[in-house]
Amino acid sequence: MTDKTQQERAGEERIGVYVCHCGSNIAGVVNVEAVAKFAAEDLKDRGVVLARDYTFMCSVAGQELIEQDIHEQGLTRVVVAACSPHLHEKTFRNVCERSGINPYLSEMASIREHVAWVHTDKAAATAKAKAIVNGAVERVLKNEPLEAIRVPIDAATLVVGGGIAGLQAALEVAEAGYDVYLIEREASLGGHMAQFDKTFPTLDCAACILTPKMAAVGSHARIHLFTWSEVEKVEGFVGNYTVTVKKKPRYVDEDVCTGCGICVEKCPVMVVDENFEAGIGYRKAIYWPFAQAVPNLPVLDPDTCTYFIGGKGGCKACEIFCPTVPNSILFDQKEERVSLKVGNIILATGWDLFNARRIPQYGYGRLANVFTSLELERMCNAAGPTSGRVVLRDGQTAPKAVGIVHCVGSRDRNYNGYCSAICCMQSLKLAHLVKERTGAEVYNFYIDIRTPGKEYDEFYLRVMDEGVHFVRGKVAEVSDVPIAPSEEGGKLYVQVEDTLAGLQRRIPVDMVVLSAGLEPRHDSAEVGKTFGIACSTNGWFIEKHAKMDPIATMTEGVFVAGCAQGPKDIPASVSQGAAAAARVLSHIRQGELALEPIRASVLEEQCSGCRICNGLCPFNAISFVAERKVSEINAALCQGCGTCVAACPAGAIQGSGFSNEQVLAQIEGLLRDVAQPVTREPVTA
Amino acid sequence: MTDQFEPVIIGFTCNWCSYRAADLAGTARIKYPPNVRLIRLMCSGRLDPTFVLKALSEGADGVLIAGCHPGECHYLEQNYKALRRHRLMQRTLAQFGIEPERVRLTWASAAEGAKFAEDITEMVEQVRKLGPLNWPANLPTKPVPVGMVAAEIPVLSEEVA
Repeated sequence: MTDKTQQERAGEERIGVYVCHCGSNIAGVVNVEAVAKFAAEDLKDRGVVLARDYTFMCSVAGQELIEQDIHEQGLTRVVVAACSPHLHEKTFRNVCERSGINPYLSEMASIREHVAWVHTDKAAATAKAKAIVNGAVERVLKNEPLEAIRVPIDAATLVVGGGIAGLQAALEVAEAGYDVYLIEREASLGGHMAQFDKTFPTLDCAACILTPKMAAVGSHARIHLFTWSEVEKVEGFVGNYTVTVKKKPRYVDEDVCTGCGICVEKCPVMVVDENFEAGIGYRKAIYWPFAQAVPNLPVLDPDTCTYFIGGKGGCKACEIFCPTVPNSILFDQKEERVSLKVGNIILATGWDLFNARRIPQYGYGRLANVFTSLELERMCNAAGPTSGRVVLRDGQTAPKAVGIVHCVGSRDRNYNGYCSAICCMQSLKLAHLVKERTGAEVYNFYIDIRTPGKEYDEFYLRVMDEGVHFVRGKVAEVSDVPIAPSEEGGKLYVQVEDTLAGLQRRIPVDMVVLSAGLEPRHDSAEVGKTFGIACSTNGWFIEKHAKMDPIATMTEGVFVAGCAQGPKDIPASVSQGAAAAARVLSHIRQGELALEPIRASVLEEQCSGCRICNGLCPFNAISFVAERKVSEINAALCQGCGTCVAACPAGAIQGSGFSNEQVLAQIEGLLRDVAQPVTREPVTA
Repeated sequence: MTDQFEPVIIGFTCNWCSYRAADLAGTARIKYPPNVRLIRLMCSGRLDPTFVLKALSEGADGVLIAGCHPGECHYLEQNYKALRRHRLMQRTLAQFGIEPERVRLTWASAAEGAKFAEDITEMVEQVRKLGPLNWPANLPTKPVPVGMVAAEIPVLSEEVA
């Protein structure tokens, strides 16, 4: 803090104001010339020595303009009125730094997102833009030169989720030579992709392309696997996170078990597998999710195991037949907690399937031969419960006619407004597989066909050529009740408005497949909170920028990949996984990272030792120093929220970057046009 | 321009949620009245009640405070402190003879551009109905010192305990 008045400081500072047109984005609504003129003339007494408007301030030429002015006009502070600081604050800070001014002596005035894009009244928008520029000029006068805080980056990386996106991310980081902790909630890696039969549009076998990646991850010396585990707590900040992982008991000794499978074979309990087999297959009480599971270790489900249900008595077949010495079955295994130190985190937690029971008129769960797309995936899969045969719920009869309903739970205001992105192609693939395996008539009921990927539309044409029928219209109902004399019992009737033909149709089929949409994980909000990131209104993790940075999040050092960020297909998930890894590797290679120097500090001579601030800090950064009777802030723990700054009754806590002086000055500037002259200092240049 | 009263409102937003909501409203081209001028803080917990009094005394007719939703604060729980301060501020302002509705607290996540725009629209209408505050005209003629800090307004310092 300095003792200079605002007026004295304005007198010796030389501020340059730059008003960006952003093409017509800003200039179309705000009179940018008038704003620049206002800054140059009306704010002359506030230290503004020049003001310019320019088409694109962020362009190389725009940046050079500022650099040149700093050198030739001796600017000491810079205000750029343009887009949101979340986009280009760094750009203009860098310009300042390159030109020899402390980067924190610049300020952005957001006149695009907060003015031009949200207002239509040009006069009012221009007036508001002037006020915002005025606020930024007053604020920049109060900015103090700051030094970025440099933090070392721990090279170990946490990847959460062992689906295709997480696998790719883990492999990329590990291949570069750094340790990766891969946390998977389920018993095996693989995620949803492991459940599929073929992948569109190439019809590659999903397992054939996925399992080599799983094996590579499972055997990689740098990748430390934690399956059947969840992240419980995350503390710290970029470069230096401490993560607590909860290892659920699998009742199998990971170090001893050889994965021979005798326990699974001998277990007498059969239960419906609601998880991997999507409810159409069985598993044992001790089981692998699937044959190629990585790690190759079974897991015991205490909720269905006879021994556990019986209050730990009886059965024990698994233990009795286990051939290893010592025995691999550990009935007394307890939950474990492991603490990991990592520098960066990649979240690839995937998606949940829309629950088709929520649309009662489609009959899922009520009509036997209504299936979800995931059930059909399992049915088509040669390793699935029907060994690849497409059959009705009786397990024997092949369908002669199949209806595939698109957009179930997607693009529907009653459920999810968004497009799930993959269901059109998945439905086309399933149509092809059903046709190939049963020769049945296949009807696709669609709203629009969306095939915007490499060779996707070609695949659509191919499926059409194969004789699959396409009916454009949203299905109203699936019914098993014949309503006309010509209709026979034992069929399913799909009631649909054919919007191309302009008539109602009622199509009899044997099997209906609901192409259920993708939903965020049911606990995505909770998981987001654990990692300090937010979810969109739909529940997907919010990226830093929807277009320019769909990989990072607002929390430094936490990245997102795959469907956790939004519905996407396999190639997009793989790309994003690799991209997230690239970002992490960039952090690791830099060795240390510069963080915003927004921290609180106590001016000891002003601190009365009242300790009001002590209890306000959620990061326990403030402590009381008994000898000196003052409070002290640990800069390493402080996150810069500023709550203590606001609370200190003596004004003894300084919040760098957002000081009282800066905010109060900004308020004055923002209100200069409405404030009465009595509240302002006399203006003399 | 009609004769309708156009209030000026200062909006305090947090860096993580509400400022981003305002950015999103922009990106999505959602329209709201131009009466609100935003200030970015790192957290709604940074809001010193002095800022509110300063804004009103400089000619604002109302103040909007927007933070992350309860439970979603980037700093875990500091928006609850803003909530507490807001309650106290409303009581204090009532004692000054200022309608408490002139200082509104709202929550907006980074995804709620539309909601934030609605909140702003609603508040502008509300303050428009209340009419001008015109506090500066009623202040003593002595200039308000620049850089006045919390300590100089003792009445507000008790709530933090």
